[in-house]
Amino acid sequence: MIEIKHLTKIYHTANQDILALDDVSLSVNRGEIFGIIGLSGAGKSTLIRCINMLEKPSQGSIIVDGQDVTALKQRELRAARQKIGIIFQQFNLLSSRTVFDNIMFPLEIAAVPGKEARDRVNQLLEMVGLTDKARVYPEQLSGGQKQRVGIARALANDPKVLLSDEATSALDPETTRSILKLLKDINRQLNLTILLITHDMNVIKQICDRVAVINNSKIEEVGDVLSIFTNPQTPTSQSFIKAIINKGDSEEYMQDLLKEHRGKFSKLIRVSFIGASAGDPIISSMIKKFDVDANILHGNIDRVKDVPFGHLTLELIGSQQGIIESMEYLKNSGLDIEVI
Amino acid sequence: MIILANTVLNSFWVENSWIMEELLTATWETLYMVFISTALSYLFGLPLGVILVTTEAGHVLENKWVNRVLGVIVNATRSIPFIIFLILVIPLTRLIVGTPIGTVASMVPLTLAAIPFVARMVETSLKEIHWGLIEAAVSMGANAWQVITKVLLPEATPSIILGVAITTISLVGYSAMAGIVGGGGLGTLAYYQGYQRYESLVMWATVIVLILFVQCIQILGDKMAAKTINKRR
Repeated sequence: MIEIKHLTKIYHTANQDILALDDVSLSVNRGEIFGIIGLSGAGKSTLIRCINMLEKPSQGSIIVDGQDVTALKQRELRAARQKIGIIFQQFNLLSSRTVFDNIMFPLEIAAVPGKEARDRVNQLLEMVGLTDKARVYPEQLSGGQKQRVGIARALANDPKVLLSDEATSALDPETTRSILKLLKDINRQLNLTILLITHDMNVIKQICDRVAVINNSKIEEVGDVLSIFTNPQTPTSQSFIKAIINKGDSEEYMQDLLKEHRGKFSKLIRVSFIGASAGDPIISSMIKKFDVDANILHGNIDRVKDVPFGHLTLELIGSQQGIIESMEYLKNSGLDIEVI
Repeated sequence: MIILANTVLNSFWVENSWIMEELLTATWETLYMVFISTALSYLFGLPLGVILVTTEAGHVLENKWVNRVLGVIVNATRSIPFIIFLILVIPLTRLIVGTPIGTVASMVPLTLAAIPFVARMVETSLKEIHWGLIEAAVSMGANAWQVITKVLLPEATPSIILGVAITTISLVGYSAMAGIVGGGGLGTLAYYQGYQRYESLVMWATVIVLILFVQCIQILGDKMAAKTINKRR
């Protein structure tokens, strides 16, 4: 649906040239939710703004539904933009218009006849659950409601693609969840392709099918969300994952605990589990089988697109032989083991 | 005693009734001059302000040369003191109105001087708009005309209304200056009757009328701006 090929963007300033995007290539499939994650200044904002040509790429091409948007004339570009919806971090609703008229705005731009446009607005209001707010001005709405209006507005002209520019970054966690749920519902109902950028791994975790990690103007890693989560390849993705999964292993704290068991043999390990094995009682059967004690120091479980995965930090206490055999057993049960 | 006082008061009114008449005429002339000049200056100044903003780099009608040339013209006009401007445009006034004297003639320099002032006021109002709104409209496929008429002007309306009040008040002051060179209105009355003929009563009466004038315009402007803002809250 979106094909980005060798996209480069250089900003020319008086003193220097700034490379914002460096030979970026990406492909977003029809109907998927694709996330781009990066720190501020990584280039993700420039990237998403190139797709509707708010920024003009220095090099490369961007093909949206078979049409190269970088090669369009002004008039053609305006028509193409009507089919690329976008929602913003700051919502960008017109304060001079009611909720109803804000959603009407893109339909006016596209010169949709009055009756048809009004019906469409009512339908959109229902979709985002704001029918009762139709005659209200944006200033009276909460952040979450404003973003719902933004979403309705972005969908007004039946776009092929929805771009989301940090759409939940100004919202509290609960509102973020409800907006993400709405986006996911829309994605499923309309089979709408969504490309979003964010600096929050939680957003990726909750709704994305695939993710690209952008750092220093380059795409470092692309993959499906579960594999990036469970097996991040680059320091950037590792730090993003670490930020939301608290492994709880402050080294000093762990070392202090170890001292208390001097005399007996003990080992500190971190067990990672994904999917089905998370449900099996592996640890308790290990304890029985090898006659070791397992002191659980920290644990957590999380979900990525309905697949459970988690970490457990254990201190194994017992005979040296028992501990070695225990670790072997855990590995053979399909868990990842890391000695700390 | 009462009869005497009454007689004195009556004779005061009879002696000075011409002041009331002149004051009413002059007030009407000033009103007429100021409001028509304000309307005309917005007719030209509003589009000029819009062009100044939208031709800037990165805006919807980006055009470096148009922006630069208009900017220079606006600044040049605004740097001429009004009293000199009045004299400078006399040939033009004569051409348009036929005479450089009188209320209708004063409207030519008043309007011409106010146009660049209005353009800058409108420019300031339009620049207060959050850039994201313009970008949102552009990303929905809006053309320049749609951005101007559906985003810039409606969003800036409260600020533009306050600008109209400021412009009108400035024109009240300018109209008095025009009055001194034969423009009619309260300026003429205060100068020729009040100052040159030592009628201090006339002088004070015009001052009071002008104060009331300016107060009313400002209150009206504030009210109207507040009304548009409150509607949106």
